[in-house]
Order: sequence, then C-alpha cells, then structure tokens
Amino acid sequence: MSISVQHISKSFKDVSALKDISFEVNEGELFGLIGPDGAGKTTLFRVLTTLLFADEGVATVADYDVVDDYKAIRHSVGYMPGKFSLYQDLTVEENLTFFATIFGTTIEENYDLIKEIYVQIEPFKNRRAGDLSGGMKQKLALSCALIHKPKVLFLDEPTTGVDPVSRKEFWEMLKRLQKKGITILVSTPYMDEAALCDRIALIQDGEILEIDAPESIVNKFPKVLYDVKASNMYQLIKSLKEYEHQYSVYPFGEFVHYTDQRNDFKPAELSNYLKENNLKEITITKTPPTIEDVFMELAK
Amino acid sequence: MKKENVIEATNLTKIFGDFTAVDAITFEVKKGEIFGFLGANGAGKTTAMKMLIGISIPSDGKATVAGFDVSSHPEDIKKNIGYMSQKFALYDDLTVRENITFFGGIYGLKRSQIKIKSEKLINNLGLQEVANDLVGSLPLGWKQKIAFSVALLHDPKIIFLDEPTGGVDPITRRQFWEMIYQTAHEGTTVFVTTHYMDEAEYCDRVSIMVNGKIEALDTPKKLKEQFEVDNMNDVFLKLARG
Repeated sequence: MSISVQHISKSFKDVSALKDISFEVNEGELFGLIGPDGAGKTTLFRVLTTLLFADEGVATVADYDVVDDYKAIRHSVGYMPGKFSLYQDLTVEENLTFFATIFGTTIEENYDLIKEIYVQIEPFKNRRAGDLSGGMKQKLALSCALIHKPKVLFLDEPTTGVDPVSRKEFWEMLKRLQKKGITILVSTPYMDEAALCDRIALIQDGEILEIDAPESIVNKFPKVLYDVKASNMYQLIKSLKEYEHQYSVYPFGEFVHYTDQRNDFKPAELSNYLKENNLKEITITKTPPTIEDVFMELAK
Repeated sequence: MKKENVIEATNLTKIFGDFTAVDAITFEVKKGEIFGFLGANGAGKTTAMKMLIGISIPSDGKATVAGFDVSSHPEDIKKNIGYMSQKFALYDDLTVRENITFFGGIYGLKRSQIKIKSEKLINNLGLQEVANDLVGSLPLGWKQKIAFSVALLHDPKIIFLDEPTGGVDPITRRQFWEMIYQTAHEGTTVFVTTHYMDEAEYCDRVSIMVNGKIEALDTPKKLKEQFEVDNMNDVFLKLARG
C-alpha cells in the first residue's frame, strides 16, 4: 500500500476540516481527490506530507507513519502545493539545483525523470522564477517536486485556473509519470478530470462522499437522467424547477440535466408541460450521467 | 428589433515593449447579452478586459463601453459597470453588511439607498443569519454569490466577471449561473471569462482569443457547427492547439 489513511480527523477552532477520513492508494496508482474549495483537500495533503498533525487517526505514506517517520516521508515524497512555493528571486536553474541539493542529489542524476517537462522551460533557465508565466511556474514546480525521484507524488490542485489546453497536456504528463512507477495523489475541483484517474474520492465539507473507479461511480447514479433543451434557457430552467414532479434540475452546458421523482416518468408529459409554458424547440433525451451529476446527487 | 451595442471595440490593441498582448481585436456586445470571453492562459483576455473596464489605456484602436470611450472617459465607464473577479471580490475582514455599505459608498450611493439595497440583497440571498459575520468565515460559494450581488448594487449597465466560478462546488456554480441568467434577463449585459467549457455553452455568444487575436466569435451552436465538433471543449482545443 502506497498511502493508507485511517480515520483521520482535523479541526481548526470550531471548523472541522476533515471528518473521519479513510482510504487507501495502491502502489503505482493515479488517485484523484475531487472536490470544491473548502472540501478539506489541502488539509489532507498537509497531514500526509507531515506538515500538519491530525487530531485523530493514523496515516502512512510509502509504509512510513506520518508522525513517527516524518523524516523518511519527506525524503520519499514530492509535493507540489496549490500555491506557488518556489523561490521567486532564484532563477529556474537555481531553484532546481537547490531542491536537488537539499535532497542530496543532482539534476543530472534524475534528469531522465524530469527531462520531458524541464526541456520546455530550459530555454528560460536564467530567468527568475517570479517572472515566469503561470504555465511555466507549474512546470518548474513539478520538476522540483520530482528531482529526488519520489515514490509518491502529491499534487494539490495543479490545474486550477489553467486553461483546457494546458490542463489536457498536464494530465498527459501525469499519465507518463505514472508509467514510471510513481504513485500519484492529485486533487482537483474540475470534475471532468476525474475520469482520467484510476480511482477517485469525491470529497466535500471534510467528508468523503464516495470512493471508486470513475466508471463505477457513474454507474451508481440512482436515477434516469435526461438532457432537456428548449429555445429559451432561462425560461426552461424556471419552468422545470416549478414542475411538481421534478427531482433535480441542473444546467449542464447546452442542456439542462433533469431527473423525475416518478419511476414511470414519461418524457411526452414533460414536453407537454413545457409547451404549455410557451417553450419552443423542446427536446428530451436520455443521457449517461457524469461524475459531476453523481457529485451533485451525493452532495444534495 | 435591433438591440443597442453596449460594448464596441475596433482594432483595440495593447503593446508592452515589443510584445503585442492584444492585437487589433474588433467585436461588439449587445444589451442584455451573456458574452463569453474565452482563451488560453496568456492569450490576452485579462489585458483586453482591463482596457474595457477603464484601468488600462489602449496602445491603438478604440473601444466604447456603456457609450463612453475607454481612453478619454475611463471614470465614466467605472461608474456604469460592475466588476467581480475570483482573486478580488470582497474584504474578508469586513462583515457582509460592512462590505455592502463600503462598496455602495464607493459607487456613490446615498446612505438611504444603501440601507434599502442592503436589506434587499441580504433577503434575496437568504443571508439574515450571517449578515454580521466576517466575509472571511463564509464558504467560497457564498462569497462569490455575495460579490456578484455587490457588483450589481449600483445597477450597472454591464457586469464584468473574471472567472467567477473557479473552484466553486458544482451545485453553487449552477446557482451562480442562474443568477447570471436572471441578471441578463433583466437587461444587464454580462461579460464573463471562464475555464469551464460547459459554462461557455451557457453564453449567448462566445469569443475565443488566441495569441492576442479573436480567432472565433459566434453562438456556441454555430461554433460547434463551424468546427464540426459536438462540444465547446473540442472547439477550444482545436483553436488553441492550432
């Protein structure tokens, strides 16, 4: 087992950030913690990277206890915090050399591992880290987190605020790192990224709502889900919310995702109701649920 | 009936040294429209938005916002627009009520108006119990909803939203968009940036910036037809990857 978390709880004054969290991450697994800001993701990362004591529970990383063996853990893990935490007034190369040195290694020794990422910022190796663009900072931070060849990599919201193209590239990079045998725990508020993980935990308000493979999680969605569309989105949402049989109504891209309270729901009935509400060009079709649908159902 | 333009940009350009951040963009936004302003990080969105809200002077070209020229009348623009971003929205160490009073004052509302507007806002959002709590103690989703309402306090003609829903949970994100629909329905123009491509679908029209230029601008439906894909994410990937 690469990461084992058993009944971890942590409170800050009267706010409980983590409530009895338990899960395990297998060796070589790409495991996602999926949840919004304030869910407790960062607190959990800080507990696992030995930067914060939990109030209750035990956890091990790479078979080391997070309290007793904290020094061993710090040598075995790479951690990329959500907030850019490198030295802004050191250059790209100086930052990398610094992190290599404190872990008793050199850039050359593990260059293989970071090569693919580092070549993209190497042309700017004499630029100060503070002057890099967001995307380049992210690549430097990942290089620094990898330079000592960690067994486990912790990535706290590496793609927050990053555009869809760069996000896609980042995930392709993670997949390749995983193939090199590194266990990866990654957190994200983007539900579409969940599908790219081997297994995920959905987390909200310090509690885990569900843990499983992404495809198994969507299979657990308890309702039949419909895409509803009409010419006037604002009116459509309003009318659907006022419909007496509605169970959930959520805008979802160009459609509204709709579920009904009844088991014998007939789309034609809903269509008639919407027509009575002066909606036009109505379409109602079954659609497979996404992780986001499941999350909203569990958080409801 | 042709609706009036509330934003008109013609060859709007911003150059920093030898770098052209915004390269002669031309577009218009109509009254009551939800206009999505998309682009990769570094494509020039923020720079363009700064010119439109009157805090950065264009190097070339021109733009009018709410009828005022961005170069010659930036102060008039500021009075007629609302602005909210993910990074800066409200003061964490003021209470909800204090934030409303503060921003109402900044926008030049009278005390009597602020009082009425505060009560209305607090009631609409169901904040009676936390009205005297520090904003910093509230969940992000609440903050963003309050910030949005505060940015609308002075009944602006246009509201600019810079990634308003980043990191917000999926249910609150949708409630937020329902507030946007409501606002647009009441005639306020909404100019919004986002990295969530499903949100791009909620917009009436969407522009996509690549390297300082607007490379695509149309309704989500027509953009999907034009690029022969079935969602906005793929439109974005096709354009931005080139």
